Amino acid sequence: MNRIDLTFAKLAAANRKALVAYLTAGDPDFDTSLAILRTACASGVDVVELGVPFSDPTCDGPVIQAASERALRAGMSLSRSLRLAAALRETVETPIVLFSYYNPLFKYGLARIAEEAASAGVDGMLVVDLPPEEAGPLADALAGRSIHLIRLAAPTTRPDRIRMLADGAGGFLYLISRTGVTGTGGLDYDEVARHAALVKSLCPHPVCIGFGISHGNDAHALAPLADGIIVGSALVRLIADAPSGTDLPERVAAKIRELRDGMDASPVS
Amino acid sequence: MNAPLIGNYPDATGHFGPYGGRYVGETLIAALTDLEAAWREAQDDPGFMSEFRAMLKHYAARPTPLDFAARLSDHIGGARIYLKREDCAHTGAHKINNVVGQGLLARRMGKRNVIAETGAGQHGVATATIAARLGMSCKVFMGAEDVRRQAPNVLRMRLLGAEVVPVTSGTSTLKDAMNEALRYWVAEVEHTFYIIGTVSGPHPYPAMVRDLQRVIGDEARRQMLEQVGRLPDLLVACVGGGSNAMGLFYPFLDDPCAMLGAEAAGEGLDTPHHAASISGGSPGALHGAMTYLLQNDEGQIHEAWSISAGLDYPGVGPEHALLHDLGRVQYQGVTDREAVEAFQLLCRFEGIIPALESSHALAAAIREAGKRPKTDAILVCLSGRGDKDLEHITAYMKANP
Repeated sequence: MNRIDLTFAKLAAANRKALVAYLTAGDPDFDTSLAILRTACASGVDVVELGVPFSDPTCDGPVIQAASERALRAGMSLSRSLRLAAALRETVETPIVLFSYYNPLFKYGLARIAEEAASAGVDGMLVVDLPPEEAGPLADALAGRSIHLIRLAAPTTRPDRIRMLADGAGGFLYLISRTGVTGTGGLDYDEVARHAALVKSLCPHPVCIGFGISHGNDAHALAPLADGIIVGSALVRLIADAPSGTDLPERVAAKIRELRDGMDASPVS
Repeated sequence: MNAPLIGNYPDATGHFGPYGGRYVGETLIAALTDLEAAWREAQDDPGFMSEFRAMLKHYAARPTPLDFAARLSDHIGGARIYLKREDCAHTGAHKINNVVGQGLLARRMGKRNVIAETGAGQHGVATATIAARLGMSCKVFMGAEDVRRQAPNVLRMRLLGAEVVPVTSGTSTLKDAMNEALRYWVAEVEHTFYIIGTVSGPHPYPAMVRDLQRVIGDEARRQMLEQVGRLPDLLVACVGGGSNAMGLFYPFLDDPCAMLGAEAAGEGLDTPHHAASISGGSPGALHGAMTYLLQNDEGQIHEAWSISAGLDYPGVGPEHALLHDLGRVQYQGVTDREAVEAFQLLCRFEGIIPALESSHALAAAIREAGKRPKTDAILVCLSGRGDKDLEHITAYMKANP
């Protein structure tokens, strides 16, 4: 069974919500990144989204843009991101979702990326600028492998399209909480709740909410609306802001515990 | 000839063969679907199209002339060179055609705010112009490096009431300005119309901008038949994103005319310093479309490089990618040096100061004219005027005597 499916099944049985953590691969460098990822998995993260750095991340705000630039400067690439995933897989069973823009995957070769991601122990792929209409070739390349192609729904997505997205979704559906890029705050909880309820009613798969979740109180408010929450910029920001020599894995782990506590304090819906 | 090209592309899903499409985040899909529907309705609305044509005539100063470059042709001693004088259009370049159309469409869709990306500033100035004319608010995203290099155009945009937003991410140039415009649009998508400046971006932009720019080729085709009595043997245009080239080429695609797209070869295609996405790049997806890109083996985008800020972009419109693969249009590199030589020739032999972008087309046309008999006719798109480039070209000539 795919590790994502297994994880959501276990969480549902335990009446718990998923904490999905995004981190940019190789930020600030390969070894530190691996140490952060291992500690994150040991601190309450249920699913890892491993971001492949890209030169032109149009869906991302300044925090993840800067992380991409740091990682690229440190020599990170798609092939090294796969090596990082494989190294993480040696010690953890946490599901890994490879999070990427389409161009690095396309240029690498779709058959090649499907094969190498599978052998690295990747369980899902989420391609932010690849709507289902363009995803045929990648879906074909992934066919027969235990890798889900994760789909996204946005606040601007209308019901008929939500239905279409949900029908073909694998693993979980990523619900974008607000218009805009990653890492912008100021969530309107009521607005998110309305849209999440609609999406939940139309989607037979787990739904996780992401974009703009920074603090324990966001996690507390949003976790009951869906099957999980996704946190990215709030973790990546810790790496950007860290004075040199600080214990980055522990700083990230502390944030994860704050979010986990916020979620677990929620009245479970 | 094979199946007709006019009217056959893009397909219903916005693809030009394997190129084009809609490679964007889910948040923008609804806006693009709405835009596609609104554009289709507007095109079928005689009222909209007649307002568009009237505005091109009275505001943008169309039709622009077809001008025989007699002294330049004699100097080369080969094929006769005809210039489609887009430099005579309002704001000094073909960019105005597109923004008149998209500006009217924005108004029709009830959007009061327009945004644009710009490199050299020509599309930014054109967008600021139409926003002023139609009473809309306007933000122009421009790489911080370009803000510094193109000070006169920044001043023009501000005079026209636009807000110029300097972009400091990535390489601080045109591709980063487009990244930032997309980021802004995804946040403000309900009330904002994004006026893309070239035949690139997600569907329907490549087809819409082509259809708004085809007035160049429609006029030129008619003018060639009226003034010269025949179609040209060869069409030449510069290609950055490629909107003036698509505009010129499109109405001729099913005619027996050869076509040549001049890409910016910078310091040479054998150096890393060029902007020739087709001649020196490979297929990939950027800014919403599958097309040819300058990139490394792992799909990271390279910075483009050209003396001409308007050609300084690491991608190209997806229809050009298809026309290249079909062999319908030849794409060739023109170096900075060749472009500057052509710039000087046109100044001295015809009394026209061309834009550095257009000088790439001229250089390619001059190269071809020398190989062809005097009975051949070459039609060149003189896409813009060169006033904006004077400081830049003076510095180049001083450094490269």
